[in-house]
Amino acid sequence: MRKTPRRWPLRAFLGDRLLLTLATSAALLVLLLMAGIFVVLVWHSRLAFQHLGLRFFVQQIWNPVTGEFGALPSLYGTLITTLIALVLAVPLSLAIALLLSELAPPWLATPVGLAVELLAAIPSIIYGMWGLYVFAPYMAHHVEPWLQRFLGFLPFFRGPMHGIGFLTAGIILALMILPFMSAVMREVFQMVPAVVKEAGYGIGATTWEVTHGVLLRYGIRGLLGAVFLGLGRALGETMAVTFVIGNEHRISLSLFSAGTSITSTLANEFTEASEPVYLSALIELGLLLFLVSLVIQIMAVLWLKRMERRMGGQP
Amino acid sequence: MTLRSHRTRLWTDRLLKAFAGFSALVGIVFLLWILITVVVRGASALNLHFFTRSPAPPGVPGGGLGNAILGTLLLTVLATLLGVPLGLLAGIFLSEFGRHHPLGRTLRFVVNVLMGIPSIIVGLFVWAWLVVPLGGFSGLAGAVALAVLMVPVVVRTTEDMLRLMPDTLRESVLALGAPRWRMVAILLRGARTGLLTGTLLAVARISGETAPLLFTALNSPYWPRSLLKPMANLTVTIYNYAMSPYPDWQRLAWGASLLITLSVLALTVVSRIFLGGREPS
Repeated sequence: MRKTPRRWPLRAFLGDRLLLTLATSAALLVLLLMAGIFVVLVWHSRLAFQHLGLRFFVQQIWNPVTGEFGALPSLYGTLITTLIALVLAVPLSLAIALLLSELAPPWLATPVGLAVELLAAIPSIIYGMWGLYVFAPYMAHHVEPWLQRFLGFLPFFRGPMHGIGFLTAGIILALMILPFMSAVMREVFQMVPAVVKEAGYGIGATTWEVTHGVLLRYGIRGLLGAVFLGLGRALGETMAVTFVIGNEHRISLSLFSAGTSITSTLANEFTEASEPVYLSALIELGLLLFLVSLVIQIMAVLWLKRMERRMGGQP
Repeated sequence: MTLRSHRTRLWTDRLLKAFAGFSALVGIVFLLWILITVVVRGASALNLHFFTRSPAPPGVPGGGLGNAILGTLLLTVLATLLGVPLGLLAGIFLSEFGRHHPLGRTLRFVVNVLMGIPSIIVGLFVWAWLVVPLGGFSGLAGAVALAVLMVPVVVRTTEDMLRLMPDTLRESVLALGAPRWRMVAILLRGARTGLLTGTLLAVARISGETAPLLFTALNSPYWPRSLLKPMANLTVTIYNYAMSPYPDWQRLAWGASLLITLSVLALTVVSRIFLGGREPS
């Protein structure tokens, strides 16, 4: 008679113990993963740091033969392409988020929303293929001559037009981060209480006035978070950029010029690097990218969290 | 607020609406442009040999990417087997054990940050922990890199989906005298649609990834034989072949692009249908 109740609590106890242990170790493992990334990058870049020191961050040379490496061209390329991407994608994604959450009736919002979502789902390498074979020639023959004709007095739009370079990479990056930013911005807009919006419309404000005076002000923290999210993505994007940036260690004011970025340098040269210092310099580039994107991502998470807390946690 | 004429206000408003429409149009035009390019250029490469043969040397007609298709499938399945249980358990920890515990809060933050770490960095990480000690590029390292990318997605969906389960359910299970692991099992069953969706999204995210495989699985012209050897896969093949000067190889790269795009889009659409009206974060 006593057998059943006796066995049952023991099994329950062991099962609970097991589950708790497993879940806790999984949680710790994920934390270790993060720490492991940092440790590994620091450890493997020590050689480059010993050899090059701070010179690594300021010099433009990238010469595997003499063992002199400088991160500046890669850093410049990463920053320029990201900047182009943000300048183009921020207004577009704001407008799309607005259209989807405020302006469009459901029959329009559903297909547009789906299209934007699919744009996010297309793998980076496909953007690269399309960019290299279709978009870069289009840029070279149509867009870049046009820009040079009308804006050629600026140093950014001078020089030979190959279609491969900062501008093309930046535009493709803009396309890639647009869906992520507009998805988050849409959520931010939807978090703004309907009462506040209706109050705006109630006093006769137009859609623009409600957007500008209510939505943007109410959601500014969340919108900043969204921009940081896009920024982080653009910084770390690899394949699409590698296909179209040209992979030359060069700093040029002209946006038509070929260049390189941290990610494309890594993707291109890592498996070919035979010298230990070369390999180590590449890993130091990776460490640089990791630290920058870590800071950006932390800022994004904090801004979004602050926004949520202000909205009471619930949409 | 400054006073403006009715007409200015009206036109500003119209301008905004026109710009919103234009933005949506930009998105749709580029989406269609990319999809049509991939379909038109890729369709001519797809035939039976594409799926059954391994690549021929340049200049030799025929040949396919059967080895890379199999390799990508293997890598994806292995990554799912490694990443999903880990992510699921960490998600259970977040929602059921450590919701307000400092460890839980730290984990939640780290997972959010991990979502935004560039995939190429994950490639470097696995290269250092697996490729260097094992002495060479391997399919195993590739699968681990993809699994690392899956984990944060799975953790977040698991936590979100378990939290949707009402606390009254938890209480009634415990009130019946059931142990906590039974409670978790019942919660998981209740949230299975959402969990499946999360897994599908994570699979969609990794099946198009290239950067993390460059330093881990690399690529290979042969059929996959061992997990400890470089493994053929579609995405790195696209990268290598697209950059090659041979038209045959470029054609194969377009075929592979079509295949990858279709699979990823199909996975995304299917998971959306599963998800129904609920919005993922």
